[in-house]
Amino acid sequence: MSFARRLVGHAAPRTLWSLVLLLALLLVAPAMLGKYWLSVLILILYFAYVGQAWNILMGFAGQLSLGHALYAGLGGYIAAGLFFHYGIGPWAGVFAAVAAAALAGTIVGYLGFRFSLAGVYFALLTIAFSEFTRIGFDHWEWAGGSAGLFLKVDASSDIANLRGGPLLFYYVILALAAGAFILCRALLESRLGRYWLAIREDAEAAQAVGVPVLRCKLIAIVISAALTALGGVWNAFYYNNLFPETAFAMGRSIEITLAPIIGGLGTLFGPIVGAVVLTGLGEAFTDLGEALGIPGIKQIFYGLALLVIVVYRPAGVWPRLADKLRLGERRR
Amino acid sequence: MTADFLLSLAQAVTKGLLTGMVYGLMALGLSVIFGVMRVVNFAHGEMMVVGMYLAWMGFEYLGLSPLLSLPVIAAIFFAAGYALQRGLISPFIGRPEHQQFLLLLAVAILLVNAALAIAGPDSRGVQLDSQFDSYELGPLVFDAVRLHAALAAVAIAGLLWLFFTRTRTGKSIRAAADNHMGALVVGLDVRRLYAFTFGVGAACVGAAGALMITIIPVTPFLAGEYTLLAFVIVIVGGLGSMTGALMGGLLIGVSEAVAGLVVQPSLKSMFSFGLLILILLLRPQGLFGKSSS
Repeated sequence: MSFARRLVGHAAPRTLWSLVLLLALLLVAPAMLGKYWLSVLILILYFAYVGQAWNILMGFAGQLSLGHALYAGLGGYIAAGLFFHYGIGPWAGVFAAVAAAALAGTIVGYLGFRFSLAGVYFALLTIAFSEFTRIGFDHWEWAGGSAGLFLKVDASSDIANLRGGPLLFYYVILALAAGAFILCRALLESRLGRYWLAIREDAEAAQAVGVPVLRCKLIAIVISAALTALGGVWNAFYYNNLFPETAFAMGRSIEITLAPIIGGLGTLFGPIVGAVVLTGLGEAFTDLGEALGIPGIKQIFYGLALLVIVVYRPAGVWPRLADKLRLGERRR
Repeated sequence: MTADFLLSLAQAVTKGLLTGMVYGLMALGLSVIFGVMRVVNFAHGEMMVVGMYLAWMGFEYLGLSPLLSLPVIAAIFFAAGYALQRGLISPFIGRPEHQQFLLLLAVAILLVNAALAIAGPDSRGVQLDSQFDSYELGPLVFDAVRLHAALAAVAIAGLLWLFFTRTRTGKSIRAAADNHMGALVVGLDVRRLYAFTFGVGAACVGAAGALMITIIPVTPFLAGEYTLLAFVIVIVGGLGSMTGALMGGLLIGVSEAVAGLVVQPSLKSMFSFGLLILILLLRPQGLFGKSSS
């Protein structure tokens, strides 16, 4: 069976056409949207993308990481640092960034999985590594220390150095999100994907029937970390600044986990739907908060919304929605 | 090494031990909740900060010393924790970790932003009359405020120990923690015990907050730090172990104070997280935890 056939596989035509339509809409969207809505769409695509990357480790392989800011931060810092100090553009720097994040993922994964940490313990290990790195970057001169690293804002379109306006960043993050979607689909349909699901459901049983558990978990964290680092590079060049306090913050890690959990863990559309819901709520509550003028009120609404979703849709928004729309993707 | 350095080292250790006892009380709350229900309270630091704010309000508006408002705050926290467990957390027990995490994250966001909305982002502190008093023991100087807080923390931990070893409810909670099914079989009302436990855990952290406000001023942004700190302490001491939480608190308190003295203060938590990584890898049950296997 060819790769393309396997990708499409037994997906319903309805689902495929919906996807094609969605992609076509996203491709022409900038022509129809104003500056504000484009920035919202960029945010949605970013969270859909990093959510997809995180979902590989948690949704597919079942390992809870609450420290993915480590990979996004490392990726962003390395690409931005190479550009800032040596003028090496991000298209080349991204290889170093991804390599560093993959190495970090290997270290965290090898230590965690080798000593068979699972659940909360593994999650705490990932937090610890991320926090450890944050403090390290606070004191690292090359990376600008706690004062941060700033890239020169340059509106002239210089695609070779990923410098330009929102439109450029929109298409780059769209390509990343679409690519991650296809990659995740391919992974799920592969032998490796089946192994991951087996590990997620019952690691001991998987081990007993001969699944190379340690190796599969390691591959999951390396792929997840590498993809997250790509998102980090994009993020650094989009915002033009990096601070250890935010780049490696636990809040950043949590942000990455929300879209897939809210959308539906282990599904392909979950991170996308989750990103739409969360970014939409965030923007709406920002407006409401400004109208009310009370500090923290935006976050209070946000917290309430999370509470309602997790109480009434603990498995995420997407599975139920998919049934309603007859787009039939079950969490596998 | 000069005598001067040794003296300031001893001074730092003393200070760290005293702060560490309050840390220990905070972590005790987290440990009790996890030990009994297997739920990680991701809103722990936020609860701590709310406790600090309540004590600050008592002082600011009613003129109550935090040590006097502590029992009231602990009672409020017990009731709130009981209600929270009954109303919200109960159905999530035994569910996948990420769902519990999201639930408590939402609670955390609500708590810390409610504090922000009510008290604002400025740091709020309490100026006690005993602010600048101190006791001297040989060459060592003990801050009166810190010493009182530490003694109160130890007294509360002692009460908690009595509760868990001497009272019927306390023993029932331990039974339910050891063997959920067995507890159900002998007719214990496990749901009520769980709610009681969450109340007790919350009361611990509320009391710790009332003590902490006498040592440092509060801002909403401390919440995340305290959540992480509580995690570090209970993992180092052993999740679910009461002795472990107290000892972990002392260890982290001392390591922070000493790191602040010998290296840069901003590196102090790097040491804590390094310790956390080592413990997770080499002794995941913690220094004082029982091995599960």
